[in-house]
Amino acid sequence: MPNSPVATANHEVHDNPALLHHFATEQQQKNAASLGMWIFLATEIMFFGGMFCAYLVYRYKYFGDFGSASQQLNITLGAINTAVLICSSLTVVLAVRAAQLGKRTPLVFWLLATILLGLVFLGIKADEYAEKFEKHHVPGASFHYHELFPGQEKLAPADRQYANPHHAEMYFSLYFAMTGMHALHMIVGVGIFSVVTFLAWRGKFTPRYYTPVEIAGLYWHFVDIVWIYLFPLLYLIDRHR
Amino acid sequence: MSDHNSSSEHISSIGSSVAIWLALLIGTALTVGAAYVDLGPFNIVVALAIASVKATLVVLFFMHVKYTQERLTKLVIAAAVFFFLILLSLSMADYGTRLWT
Repeated sequence: MPNSPVATANHEVHDNPALLHHFATEQQQKNAASLGMWIFLATEIMFFGGMFCAYLVYRYKYFGDFGSASQQLNITLGAINTAVLICSSLTVVLAVRAAQLGKRTPLVFWLLATILLGLVFLGIKADEYAEKFEKHHVPGASFHYHELFPGQEKLAPADRQYANPHHAEMYFSLYFAMTGMHALHMIVGVGIFSVVTFLAWRGKFTPRYYTPVEIAGLYWHFVDIVWIYLFPLLYLIDRHR
Repeated sequence: MSDHNSSSEHISSIGSSVAIWLALLIGTALTVGAAYVDLGPFNIVVALAIASVKATLVVLFFMHVKYTQERLTKLVIAAAVFFFLILLSLSMADYGTRLWT
């Protein structure tokens, strides 16, 4: 880090066992960890960004078919899951706050609440996936799609137009790629939070050292932000027709 | 880069955290409501605008970026968003204009 004080061999801060010898101060160590996490999140933005870009290209090209396929999703479950993730972000904030204040019991409680909300999200997502399998809306050999363009049900039966099943299959490919990768991040997040909860329960964190709680929190918030964009893009195409 | 003497970290108050949480929930309700209103080509614009406001709230307040002394963190975030927008804008500048004559 530029501007940081040069580490000296006999700096006096030896009372914090969490301070590694190659950092001059606790603050410098904390800043390095935080910056490293942000650089990882920058790579994650580009990783999800590629899929968002593919989604935008095909949505532009096959807009009507994407609208038709989008309306096969359950908007209520999608909205509930959005709320669940927003609540889990709040519990993360409260967990970091408890760690900063050195309150072990609230810290463990809020971390467990976060894990529980993450599992609720994954459960609802699994239910949505099961419905997709039942309706043969999973891309592959058994894919079957025979649905109207949005708004066509208002027309006389002879005038109704059906969406192109190949284009709908492209929508569901992107749907499963994006929500699947997001769900994988949620599963990893639940794993990370389980480890952090164990460490918190063992009393490893103090107001001077709670970096794992904060870093895990950054990751969780990022996964929340991805869903904040996925929900309107995947669930809310052409709903007004 | 923060001065190592001013190592006091920002601690979010419960009140402000709950306020941001409520704003995010209201934003979710707004985005669902707006999807049922016919805004023509602006449905996607409104949806992405609401999502971006929500994402900004999360980054600034829940991820403590508003309170960080570390300018390098802000540079990393700005660079990531900038390159992501290059990816989107140049791709759509190609695919979005192919039907133009």
